[in-house]
Amino acid sequence: MFLINCPFCGEREQSEFKAGGEAHIIRPKQPTELSDDEWAEYLFMRKNIKGVQFERWNHVHGCRKWFNMVRDTSNDQIKAVYKMGEKPPVKKNV
Amino acid sequence: MSNNLRFKTSKFIDETYRVSFKFNNKTYFGFKGDTLASALLANGIHLVGRSFKYHRPRGIMTSGSEEPNAIIQLHDNSSRTEPNVRATEVEIYEGLVASSQNCWPSVNFDIGGINNLLSPILPAGFYYKTFMWPASFWEKYEYFIRKSAGLGKSPKVADPDIYEHKYIHCDVLVIGAGISGIMAAKMAAKNGFKTLLVDEKSYLGGSSIYDNSEFSKINNQITSSWLEKEINEISKIENLEIKTRTSVAAFHGYNFLLARENLTDHLPINQRENKVRQRLLKIRAKKVITATGSIERPLIFDNNDRPGILLSSAIKKYIDLYGVACGENNILFTNNDTAYETAMSLIQRGIKINAIIDNREQIDSKISYEVEKNNIRIYKGYTVVDTYGYRRINKISIMKLSKDGQTVIGDKTKLNCDCLGVSGGWTPAVHLFTQSGGKLKFREEDQVFIPNVYPSDQISVGSCNGDFGLEEIISNTLSSIKKFLDIDNSEYKTVETISGLNQSKRNIWLLPSDKSMGKTKSFVDYQNDATAKDIKLALREGFRSIEHVKRYTTTGMGTDQGKLGNMHALGIISETAGTKMGEHGTTTFRPPYTPLTFGTIVGRNVGEFFDIFRRTPIHDWHVANNAEFENVGQWKRAWYYPKDNENMHQAVQRESKAARDSAGILDASTLGKIDIQGTDASEFLNRVYTNAWSKLAVGKCRYGLMLNEDGMVYDDGVTTRLGENHYIMTTTTGGAANVLGKLEDYLQTEWPELDVYLSSVTDHYATISVCGPNSKKIVSKVIPDLDLSDEKFPHMSFKNAKIDNIKCRVMRISFTGEHSYEINIQANFGKSVWEKCMEAGKDFNITPYGTETMHLLRAEKGFIIVGQDTDATLTPIDLQMDWIVSKKKYDFIGKRSLYRSDTIREDRKQLVGLLTENPEEVLEEGAQIVADIKKSPIEMLGHVTSSYYSPNLKKSIALGVVKGGKNMLGQKLIIPMENKNINVTVADPVFLDKEGERLNAKL
Repeated sequence: MFLINCPFCGEREQSEFKAGGEAHIIRPKQPTELSDDEWAEYLFMRKNIKGVQFERWNHVHGCRKWFNMVRDTSNDQIKAVYKMGEKPPVKKNV
Repeated sequence: MSNNLRFKTSKFIDETYRVSFKFNNKTYFGFKGDTLASALLANGIHLVGRSFKYHRPRGIMTSGSEEPNAIIQLHDNSSRTEPNVRATEVEIYEGLVASSQNCWPSVNFDIGGINNLLSPILPAGFYYKTFMWPASFWEKYEYFIRKSAGLGKSPKVADPDIYEHKYIHCDVLVIGAGISGIMAAKMAAKNGFKTLLVDEKSYLGGSSIYDNSEFSKINNQITSSWLEKEINEISKIENLEIKTRTSVAAFHGYNFLLARENLTDHLPINQRENKVRQRLLKIRAKKVITATGSIERPLIFDNNDRPGILLSSAIKKYIDLYGVACGENNILFTNNDTAYETAMSLIQRGIKINAIIDNREQIDSKISYEVEKNNIRIYKGYTVVDTYGYRRINKISIMKLSKDGQTVIGDKTKLNCDCLGVSGGWTPAVHLFTQSGGKLKFREEDQVFIPNVYPSDQISVGSCNGDFGLEEIISNTLSSIKKFLDIDNSEYKTVETISGLNQSKRNIWLLPSDKSMGKTKSFVDYQNDATAKDIKLALREGFRSIEHVKRYTTTGMGTDQGKLGNMHALGIISETAGTKMGEHGTTTFRPPYTPLTFGTIVGRNVGEFFDIFRRTPIHDWHVANNAEFENVGQWKRAWYYPKDNENMHQAVQRESKAARDSAGILDASTLGKIDIQGTDASEFLNRVYTNAWSKLAVGKCRYGLMLNEDGMVYDDGVTTRLGENHYIMTTTTGGAANVLGKLEDYLQTEWPELDVYLSSVTDHYATISVCGPNSKKIVSKVIPDLDLSDEKFPHMSFKNAKIDNIKCRVMRISFTGEHSYEINIQANFGKSVWEKCMEAGKDFNITPYGTETMHLLRAEKGFIIVGQDTDATLTPIDLQMDWIVSKKKYDFIGKRSLYRSDTIREDRKQLVGLLTENPEEVLEEGAQIVADIKKSPIEMLGHVTSSYYSPNLKKSIALGVVKGGKNMLGQKLIIPMENKNINVTVADPVFLDKEGERLNAKL
């Protein structure tokens, strides 16, 4: 079980959190102007890589805040956590 | 039985405390301090079980948690009965009852033993190959296979014991209290680290605590004496907690570990009352030191599984720790020096050793010379090729090994014995290390896997790290711990060791035999009866991956998880396939290290604590008024209120009729309630609901439908505008938490610029819904000050009011199609207001109704229930709810998905009403809907989602989803059931009062 450093609360057990999938997928500002394919790209296509991955997490049984996490899925090492809206760290530096 | 098997020399056995116990219905005696295994051995009993597949007689093989054979049923015929318990771990107590498993009628005479004779036709994969055909016979085979599968008997009644969970946070966790573990714990604790030391045994010190040999000394003291002083010292350190009888089951990432602490298993049953039996420790350690030691390897030769064949180290432990001789005429069979330590322990007590068979040609260690001096014949360069004796070994035959160790040469010699100790060297116990994600490396010199890459802040020390010599163990532990904890003061100034052993070993994974391979039975996995032959067969049949070979032969898949034989399986695979050991890796070690009881896993979460449940503020009234309850999410909701022996159907029919004819009352407190405030609240609702919200006037209510981004219906409910920037949203009972999560998600991540604040107020209010033609009269009696005229208080509006000076919100909204009011009041006044309504409604036959009636009433009106009539594959268009989807709004969650090529298909499943040909026939929810039963395969068009008998319409009504259903109005369809086909007609889903006359009636 991970020990997650919530950017608002500090270190907490994983059981307080909920994973929210890939990070930095921005909802299109004008969905109605997208083709079916473009909309499907936003709606369905998610990466699931072995290695360093950018993810969204929610401290659902804590402060209820969403934040971002950089995690190596091959060994579950958490490389970084940062608030929504903050600039993500450069992948090769984490 | 044989008194000459017990030696009164052990300080671990209390000879003044005799203990009686029953094994296979016979009474035996042992002493306090014995394990079941040591007590049985002292009584001359080796045969304790039958093997899984061939039902071969099996004896006690080891002295610890790695035991594959001596697994017994404990507390037979009682509520505490437990299968597959290792006799080597059970500490005996007065009155213990145990019996053998997997044998009938008895362990000495077992009918299943016939499988042993049939073994030539029972190779690996026998069951897979044989019971494949004819496929239709599977059900008949299954009955017999199921009967013969499995080992012990599971308990049939509730466990009477108490279990609990405990969290522990420490700086340093040390697993294993052998020499390395004790040194590590002392160094950590004395340097200020809050330290926890755990060991699965009842005593500290590991195997060194009974090492009284002159051949291993520390600081010129016998190892056990030196260690006793160390143990005495650490027991006084304040910030060191020591837990014995505590077995680490799992080592997860981030140094999170699970351990089972046994608290009462060693006590007589009458001393266990009201005590916690086992505790699951959830340990989060900053640093972990693994000192789990190593497990002695057996040797793989023909018939290596007979009772009386034990690990050499086990024989040593039984004599040194328990004072029990495993045999009176012993032979040791080894490929390394450790068996000579066993020999010395036997020699010291004058126990006969007939011979030592050593695979090695050259043996050059002090201890081996000492053994030879005692006139014990050592057969150098020899191997055992066969053993004899059915229920107990009585003879072995040996032959000389060829130079390359691949064949045997010369003549066969037979030797008598009643006990054979085997030693194939040692395997580091790296199970926990690999569970934590650690990577191993293979050390060629002595053919062991040792820790290589650590995934977290942890270290392995001692023989689990591949350090086997006493000096190596001590010096490497010292230097590793110093570095790991970053300390100078090691607490150990100089530690000098003397060891009479050297580390030479002649490793042969599968020892050769004079028989052909097909005629041998060399067991690799004792518990699952997997032999070297089976592994070779798997390779011949094309299996290459160790994980595949494991599953095909079941090697390593027993309750012991192959602690003894896994390495040999790997060795035989690599030898046969001509590959390198290191390349195969090992099979995955999975938690738990030793089995956990279900009681320990669930802890206190049993009975009423199994799952939390939520009660409404009016719950007690429902209980007092005979309500049956239904679980909705975590809520207990009143389901129906049976009167005078009514069944559910009768109660629901009465409640439904009363609600439409006069008045009904429902506890709707469980509906999710989210308070929404902020200057952008209206804009926010515009984006999350399909319909428009900007123009909703203050004081008005509106029904909303919420979609997922994929266009599918997610939730629904009525939202009321309480003020300019203040709304209260209601959600479905089960969806409340998820809806809040979803709204927070959009607010925080997509639209952080919106000024909106959400908070859950579900528990803050009790919600009472009064409906029916007389609802207005009742509410006017409860809240006389409130003007209920249609002009002042029309449908879909809200008023602030007071009941006995307590503020409340009253909404005129309806889920039944009747004129109705919903009173929301501070939760703690819920029950008294409910009772007030009941009192006021007395003259109008006000009838409390539960969720079942609510569902029936809404179905009459064709109102959907999200999650019952929908299942995340239906859009609002599919539900024929086009009216609620705004065409004008630029965007809302899910809008773009409503005209994807898939969502605009005409033949999607769509919600329709269904009427049966026979109005008395009520459909089954979930039943399939078809059009043509003659065509094969029959095309499934959809299914029934809701179905009731309506007392108000006096006929059966149903909702369902049907492909292209929108355009099928009036069409005949068929519901095929097991015994009959039911004819239905597609109808409008609104069955009652489509014009809304009831809702708008002037009352």
